[in-house]
Amino acid sequence: MSKWIPLWLHKLGSPPIFYRFAGTLRPWFLGLALVAGAVALYGGLVLAPADYQQGDAYRIIFIHVPSAWMGLFIYGVMAVASFVALVWRIKLAEAVAMESAPIGAAFTFITLVTGSLWGKPMWGTWWTWDARLTSELVLLFLYLGVIGLYHAFEDRRQGARAAAFLAIIGIINVPIVHFSVNWWNTLHQGSTVRILGPSKISASMLWPLLTMMVATKLYYVASLFGRVRADLLELESGKDWVRRIATENSVPGEQA
Amino acid sequence: MSHFFAMGGYAAYVWPAYAVFFIVLLADFVSPLLRRRRNLRELRARLARQTARQHRSATPAVNS
Repeated sequence: MSKWIPLWLHKLGSPPIFYRFAGTLRPWFLGLALVAGAVALYGGLVLAPADYQQGDAYRIIFIHVPSAWMGLFIYGVMAVASFVALVWRIKLAEAVAMESAPIGAAFTFITLVTGSLWGKPMWGTWWTWDARLTSELVLLFLYLGVIGLYHAFEDRRQGARAAAFLAIIGIINVPIVHFSVNWWNTLHQGSTVRILGPSKISASMLWPLLTMMVATKLYYVASLFGRVRADLLELESGKDWVRRIATENSVPGEQA
Repeated sequence: MSHFFAMGGYAAYVWPAYAVFFIVLLADFVSPLLRRRRNLRELRARLARQTARQHRSATPAVNS
């Protein structure tokens, strides 16, 4: 391992240490996600006023947009972890990449369904084959492709390498999704929230949206930790540390 | 309160959207927990079989 990598980070890459680390932090991330999510829901559904054009239908934005951001964000994490897994063959990076895929697929699915439920009353249609919607659907298929390829191999690590390769190639779709509303004419509205420059949304609607973004990020960490823990137990089932965990938890119903 | 649930006439779109959000994320969160528990149970069963086999070969049955 290179010198510039701090020792604690190096240690954290070891499956038994990460397993314990993730197990300790997971409830905190989940708890914070639930608190932030509850605050955001109260702000979005109760405190924020109705939109002057869309009435109360716009309230779908508070789950639709954070989910869409997560779909892209998780794809980025998956692609970076895939790159690390392919280059350095780190088992933990493989686990992070492969366990991110189902979470990203879940958020992308939510984005498509909530978008459809929002599109029907506002555009008059559940679906249209325009750039934003089509590229978002491609994103879902990329996630499903990664999941499918991972499970298509008898040897899990071989499957992870093949799927990691697909994940890296698919990153090309992420900027396409993001910029599709600028590059092509579309029914979909442009970006409401901008990092540079003023957002096109009132503060009473913006803060629940950003709080929900924080909540979904925290949720992603909690979910990822739970998934990676389960994955590491499978990958290392022959090792002593896993056997110890198995015998320690022999009381039925008891969770570590 | 009923005003809140009516969502200005868009209840049929807003509430299903929120329901999908929570149901999908709940399923996402629960599935690895179940997977982990199942794997640990299988591993325990395998370890139990192994120790039983070792035990048998160490002390041969008397009437054989």
